[in-house]
Amino acid sequence: MKQIILLSLTLILLNGCSVKPWVKPYERAKLADPIMSFSRDPISSAYSRHVYEAREGARGADISAGGGCGCN
Amino acid sequence: MQLNSIISLMLLAAIPLVNQAAVLPEDRADILIHAYTGGGVEVIGPSVLIRKSLGNSFSASVNYYEDSITSASIDVEMITGASTYTENRKEHSFTVDYLHDSTIISLGYNDSKESDYTSKTASFGISQEMFSAMTTVTISYAQAADVVMDNEEPDFKEDVDRRIYRLGISQVLSANAIMGITWETITDQGFLNNPYRSVRYVDNSVGRGYSLQPEEYPSTRNSSTIAIRGIYYLPYRASLSAGYRYFTDSWGIDASNSELAYVHPLGDTAWTFDFKYRFYQQSAATFYSDLYPTIHYQNHLARDKELSTFNSHTVGLGVSYEFLQQSWSVLDRGSLNLSYDYIMFRYDDFHDATAGGGAGEEPLYEFSANVFKLYLSVWY
Repeated sequence: MKQIILLSLTLILLNGCSVKPWVKPYERAKLADPIMSFSRDPISSAYSRHVYEAREGARGADISAGGGCGCN
Repeated sequence: MQLNSIISLMLLAAIPLVNQAAVLPEDRADILIHAYTGGGVEVIGPSVLIRKSLGNSFSASVNYYEDSITSASIDVEMITGASTYTENRKEHSFTVDYLHDSTIISLGYNDSKESDYTSKTASFGISQEMFSAMTTVTISYAQAADVVMDNEEPDFKEDVDRRIYRLGISQVLSANAIMGITWETITDQGFLNNPYRSVRYVDNSVGRGYSLQPEEYPSTRNSSTIAIRGIYYLPYRASLSAGYRYFTDSWGIDASNSELAYVHPLGDTAWTFDFKYRFYQQSAATFYSDLYPTIHYQNHLARDKELSTFNSHTVGLGVSYEFLQQSWSVLDRGSLNLSYDYIMFRYDDFHDATAGGGAGEEPLYEFSANVFKLYLSVWY
């Protein structure tokens, strides 16, 4: 059983190495549009995070932070 | 005073994830004026952020941020009897990003100072694009050294050590959609309470029915947060984004928030409109109480309303005007932006001690806040 699980995991990982992009670079024009950024203006979103974190118990992993759309 | 530590850590921890992997951030300069009013607190100040690439492989940014605070908040009123205090905080940060193939390595440093709190933070992050740029993985680490002081006691000086670990994954789902997951763990060790704040306990020997004693927090705090978000390009030129975040910590606070945002450029004009709604809720820390039965009731004591059970709703509107749609001299484009957020806070176990009506019988506290941001951005 253990061997089967290991083999399955290995196959899944090997399959991951051969992932083909289902969105080609030339199909990413919309993703590169500034309106598709989670944080369009960093100076503005940093201030908004500050407003909330100063008044809430929660902190970290803000929803508006982050990015990366492979739009180069 | 705790604002100091919060913003310095938050900004630096965010730096590596703000980048889009394998492409250095755009060269741009922003100048922002911010204003917050609510709950007896007014905060205004400027922020300036300048980013410039150095050759093809490096990009550096510098940020100056200032808060000028005038506070007569409910905490201050209860302790000092409605006297107002003013405070000023200045923060400087510097980041540099190095691009190599599909990898970006980021370093950052942040320094924040106010009269009774200083914070220095260093951060490191690495962002890797993979699977033909369909997936971006980012890991980052930040470490902060804070010093807590007391303006009324010159000899008082305590340290706080803080470490932040973050993992983020961004995934292209389709030609119209991106999603991201971020996990972040923060550990604190040191003097974590506010040297000025007090808790209250039942004392029938005084007319108002309660007396005060200094708050006492645990000296460690560990928290974990996970956030998931997605953004979708609508059939016309507009975007819709949604996100959910869950937080839990060793003080017993469980919190979550949900956000929905819509961005709508107005046809082929230079105008873009932003709409946002956010809902936040949290449970109280296990050692929090609005009114303790006796003095020294337990080892840890807190009456900070940020550690109580409460929720908030935010409605936000923004408008941007792009005033340089064609390049001019060294400038590629520019925009002028104004945004307004209205936030309503409602507390479930924090009473308005200034309202009278018997200790613990006062009305529950609630307040609303207005947040304005006016900023100018240019790209070059």
